[in-house]
Amino acid sequence: MKALKRKIGNGYILLMMLFFYLPIFYVMIFSFNESKSLTRFTGFSLVWYEKMFASRPIMEAVYYTIVIALIATAVSTVFGTITAIGLSKSRKILREVVLQINDIPMLNPEIVTAIGFMLLFTSMNIEKGFMTLLIAHIVFCIPYVILSVMPKLRQLDDNIAEAALDLGATPFQALTKVIIPQIMPGVVSGALIAFTMSFDDFIISFFTTGPGVNNIAIYVYSSIKRINPSINALSTIIVVVVTTVLVLVNVIPVIRDRKKGKNEKIS
Amino acid sequence: MKTFSKLVWPYMAWITVFIVAPMLLILLYAFTKEGNSVLTLQFTLNNFTRFFSDSIFPSVMARSLKIALMTTLLCILFGYPAAYCISKLNDKQQALAILLVTLPMWINMLIRTYAWRGILSYFDFDSEIKVLIGMVYNFIPFMILQIHTSLSKMDQSLIAAAEDLGANKTQTFMRVIFPLSIPGVIAGITLVFLPAVSSFFIPKLLGGGDYVLIGNLIENYFVSTGDWNFGSAISLIMAVLIIFSMFLTKRIDHQIGEEKE
Repeated sequence: MKALKRKIGNGYILLMMLFFYLPIFYVMIFSFNESKSLTRFTGFSLVWYEKMFASRPIMEAVYYTIVIALIATAVSTVFGTITAIGLSKSRKILREVVLQINDIPMLNPEIVTAIGFMLLFTSMNIEKGFMTLLIAHIVFCIPYVILSVMPKLRQLDDNIAEAALDLGATPFQALTKVIIPQIMPGVVSGALIAFTMSFDDFIISFFTTGPGVNNIAIYVYSSIKRINPSINALSTIIVVVVTTVLVLVNVIPVIRDRKKGKNEKIS
Repeated sequence: MKTFSKLVWPYMAWITVFIVAPMLLILLYAFTKEGNSVLTLQFTLNNFTRFFSDSIFPSVMARSLKIALMTTLLCILFGYPAAYCISKLNDKQQALAILLVTLPMWINMLIRTYAWRGILSYFDFDSEIKVLIGMVYNFIPFMILQIHTSLSKMDQSLIAAAEDLGANKTQTFMRVIFPLSIPGVIAGITLVFLPAVSSFFIPKLLGGGDYVLIGNLIENYFVSTGDWNFGSAISLIMAVLIIFSMFLTKRIDHQIGEEKE
């Protein structure tokens, strides 16, 4: 009875995984299709990969996606961490108010945040383009950095920074040599969340970018009207890269632990 | 120590400009007439009366609500058993299963939605079914992860206690496991309902041009028509709708909590 139940359970999980991965595999398979069809596989070919790499709009979209994600991550990580440190030392009312406002971009439907930016940039007479896209990304990334750094700051022992100051460290030294090293795990995970948020964003980017500046998602959205199998090739590459990175991130600590375990046994 | 508190100041200026001001601008646009400059602001409720007196707009709103509710229900219906089965696996298998559930979420939502176009073209579903499949596909991982977290955090001794006290499997599940997992379900509902009700690219990619949701209306009025005042009013209506739904969900959550006591 128990074995049967377990089998049904595992079967259900398998079915779920099939649902999750079927469309992804479908796109991967049809990226190697010879013809333009999305329903009939006529033969193996790499033509859509060639076309993809030769396509200027696709390569530009990839470039903008990566550049925006890198700059937005760097800026929002530094800005967010500094703010979080400030918040942990400020009065409770101020902290609560700032954190409430900080929550707005995460609780709001993305489309509302997006049109808010659009109205803001227009009323400030800023022409939409690379800069507006970047600013918007920084704005919605910072809250995630603050949220992942704050818990680390709460665990921090205030006395250690006090001690550093008493022993003659300048506030800047206390910050960089005492506080930041201790909250580093929170900073790193904040940076990772910021990067994926920026890399994956479509809705906010769509409303804040200007002519000529597209990220991958905007490119896919703007080319849905015609069949373009180069998108299959691009999607396949993204899936492979994301999977590799995720597997490495999950496997490396396991291997490291095992090695550590072995070394400890030897010594 | 107090010197560090000054570090908040730049961010206070930043959020005033980039978070508070945009929200105020949406409010301002929603309640003013088109073509106003700062000097000649004319306040009006026309944008709202136009929305509710029209025959199309309220039905689009109802349709968005309906599809978001259906998406949320289906995500619970299919996601709960999945989370439950995963929580019964051993630690290693569980970690792998969770990784497999998480992995698609790292691939751009637009690309994942695009991926369904090929498969769905084999079937003769109507637009609504296609959009529903796309939404469940995109949002069910949030539900599974939330429910799984609440199930795996559960105190196992409570389950053992229920069994010791003579409860059978069904009773244990209905009276102990399920009530304790409600917070996970509620968190999942928030994460599914909100993006579903405001979604605009899933209906556009999978539903063809004829399936319009409230998100598509907002997109149209901002991108194509350029009537930003009316567009702002629509997004305000949507925001109120969402806040109201969230309030209802919380109320139900509290009621269940009180019944337990």
